[in-house]
Amino acid sequence: MAIKIVLIAAVVLVALVLAGGHGARRLALRRLGLAAFAAVAVVSILLPDTLTWVAQKVDVGRGTDLLLYALIVVFFSYLSTRYVRDRRTLRQVTALARRVALIEAPAPRPVIGLGHSGADGVDNAVCEDGVERNDGGDGPA
Amino acid sequence: MSRVEFDDLWVVVPTYNEGRVLGQTLTELVAVFPHVCVVDDASLDNSVEIAESFFDQGVRVVAQPINLGQGAALQTGFEYALSDPLMGRLVTFDADGQHLVADAVRLARRLRDGFDVVLGSRFLGAAPQMGRLKGLVLKIAVAYTNLSTGVRLTDTHNGLRALGRTAVAAMKLTQSGMAHASEIVERIKSESLRYTEEGVEIRYSDYSRSKGQSLLNAVNIVVDLLVR
Repeated sequence: MAIKIVLIAAVVLVALVLAGGHGARRLALRRLGLAAFAAVAVVSILLPDTLTWVAQKVDVGRGTDLLLYALIVVFFSYLSTRYVRDRRTLRQVTALARRVALIEAPAPRPVIGLGHSGADGVDNAVCEDGVERNDGGDGPA
Repeated sequence: MSRVEFDDLWVVVPTYNEGRVLGQTLTELVAVFPHVCVVDDASLDNSVEIAESFFDQGVRVVAQPINLGQGAALQTGFEYALSDPLMGRLVTFDADGQHLVADAVRLARRLRDGFDVVLGSRFLGAAPQMGRLKGLVLKIAVAYTNLSTGVRLTDTHNGLRALGRTAVAAMKLTQSGMAHASEIVERIKSESLRYTEEGVEIRYSDYSRSKGQSLLNAVNIVVDLLVR
């Protein structure tokens, strides 16, 4: 029973860390988490029995089982951070690729007065007008 | 139908490995529309060369350097068209030849009746020729989209649409896969765009059947809708 409370608390904590805050606050939380992880790791290396002791406190048979539970929580929290980050990266890559594509694309229309669209219809008057003025302006210069 | 009538209109054709049919599709389009933007989504075949050979007929190729999905390709086409100050209308048209140019013309003209968006629908007008299972999946997608966005449509996943300039500017699609179809509907709702539907015919050729029109694609549509 106790393990359920511990696991749910861990999941909620991870979710809060993922969701809450940004920038410096989140970074600080992450660093605290890392420090806690290192401390627990060192203790469990020096005194392997503590892990089993803790496990029994929360009604889990062995220390290895506790480790497995912790690993699962960490794995899913990693997956969710990864997912959020991947989506952001994809958005950035998309924006970048779109800029590249648009920069390299040809102009949508021929310059006024040149090209096919000037050959037919409504724009015709405008185009011819433009051409004449250009010719007039360019001549003396 | 003359090209003059549509001088303010860009047809956006997202394409990915459609070299086999793209030439035919473009030939039909340029007979009516003077401005066609082919957005190549990093095809591995000769799609770009084929599209570029239509340059003199008004086809402009925007080549995405990496594959980003159809939604991203459409958005790229939108932004390209918006870079033309004379663009007043836009039509999205699938590269695989399943749409009819005559339908595109009807949709584009319908914008004149005061709509920002005219969506093509397979379920209005002529009975659609499609498998029962696929029809069912599409209907589910439609029901879900209507439910989640509050619009009333008969077909939300049709590649043929006409948009006025305001609507094009309002789109800003971020869904890269097939979910862009419902994203367009969401924008219609959130931007309070005036919309309507027009019955359109779909040519389910052996080619289109063998390509994106598989039932598995419909599965993708449903998953895209649910997981976002």
